[in-house]
Amino acid sequence: MSILPKKEDSNCGTSCCGPAPMVLDLNTESLSKQKDIKIATSEITAANRLDHLFARLGIKRSEHRVEPGLYALGKPTRNSPVFVSANYTLSFDALRSSLVGIDGYILVLDTKGVNVWCAAGKGTFGTDELVFRIEVTGLADVVDHRVLIVPQLGATGVTAHKVKSRTGFKVEYGPVRASDLPEYMKDRRATDEMRRVRFTLLDRMVLAPVELLLMPKILLVVILGISLIGGVMGVFSAIVAILAGTILFPMLLPLLPTKDFSTKGFILGFLVILPFSWNAFMATDTIWWLHKGLALSFLLIMPPITAFFALNFTGASTFTSVVGVKKEIYRYVPIMALMFVIGVLLMIVLRLISITGGGSYV
Amino acid sequence: MFDSYTENTLEYDPKLCINCGMCSTVCPHGVFRDGEKTAQLVDKKACMECGACHLNCPTDAIKVESGVGCAYAMMWSAITGQKEVTCGDGECC
Ligand code: SF4
Ligand code: SF4
Repeated sequence: MSILPKKEDSNCGTSCCGPAPMVLDLNTESLSKQKDIKIATSEITAANRLDHLFARLGIKRSEHRVEPGLYALGKPTRNSPVFVSANYTLSFDALRSSLVGIDGYILVLDTKGVNVWCAAGKGTFGTDELVFRIEVTGLADVVDHRVLIVPQLGATGVTAHKVKSRTGFKVEYGPVRASDLPEYMKDRRATDEMRRVRFTLLDRMVLAPVELLLMPKILLVVILGISLIGGVMGVFSAIVAILAGTILFPMLLPLLPTKDFSTKGFILGFLVILPFSWNAFMATDTIWWLHKGLALSFLLIMPPITAFFALNFTGASTFTSVVGVKKEIYRYVPIMALMFVIGVLLMIVLRLISITGGGSYV
Repeated sequence: MFDSYTENTLEYDPKLCINCGMCSTVCPHGVFRDGEKTAQLVDKKACMECGACHLNCPTDAIKVESGVGCAYAMMWSAITGQKEVTCGDGECC
């Protein structure tokens, strides 16, 4: 659909005060080639906000998409800047809402509903898609200049010099965050601060529910199933260990000692499980070594669970290298598995003894 | 010990650098800095191997093995011997 009025259709020039809502300074020639420029605004509606919430929570995961293509924001002219974005609503909305009062074009790439950073890592926000999108939208006929402002994090998928040689468009990497764009647009320079990714408490908290929802469900079933051996306290402590790894860990990340996520997780898991262990340790209702043994089994089973989820948070963090994560996996996953298995065996043995010997230990 | 992030695959050969400034622009962790004649590798340890500098260096002066760094995917590929498939369609891992 063409929402753009052709120049001869609009009965007034640029100085007109009439009601014509959207007069674009495009000539008819380019309009005949350019069939489909969609309209975007900087406004974020209630429906947008609901969509954002769902997107963050991982609800309706495949539905947070914007149609790929070229969008006009405000009243762009042939010299207005072109911003490149992903077809994920959070990315697109962050961009357009940051551009209040700026007239320009937004070129939305088809990233399958994934944000710029992750899509760039996978290559869907990449050179090929960018070149393709420039061609199908006829961008070269819409603007006179040959500059694209691409989010800096898109550089993980886009090769600027290749885009230049294939399309003639120069890729200019804008700031990491869309919110810095108004500042950037003043002199087209990004400060060091604008070039760095941050991983703030808010960023991490936003990711926590996603981590929880995306973790393999089978893992939860297995962990909770095994913890049943430990009775009510067993299940309860397992839930605490899981929540510590998925919610508390992202929150406390910078505060926990050591560099490695696994060891941070072990420490946190140990701390949250201490009360349970202490509780069992101090119990006096059965033979002493039974509950001392149980206290030990808690310490063996639960911290690895927290550490495991902590390790998985490396995927969400913005500063862990692949080599490092691999090292962590080879270093710590065997330890986690060993502790877990020994702990579970110990718990089973204790359980059997207490059943045959009479008297519950929990 | 307790720090698996001391080494990474980033390699930089200043002899090939034409000082275009791209690497210091795209790096989200300040690993490269603009220099007088060539780009300066100032904080190698901070590199998270995103690959942006390598992709955007016109002279191949920078090399790095990049990947998504998703632990589930890596464990899965280690166990099954399959190539890493990264995350689903909706959200990144
Ligand atoms: S791979 Fe990424 S983090 Fe590492 S130096 Fe290059 S741009 Fe920076
Ligand atoms: S991108 Fe390559 S050529 Fe350009 S400054 Fe960096 S190392 Fe040098």
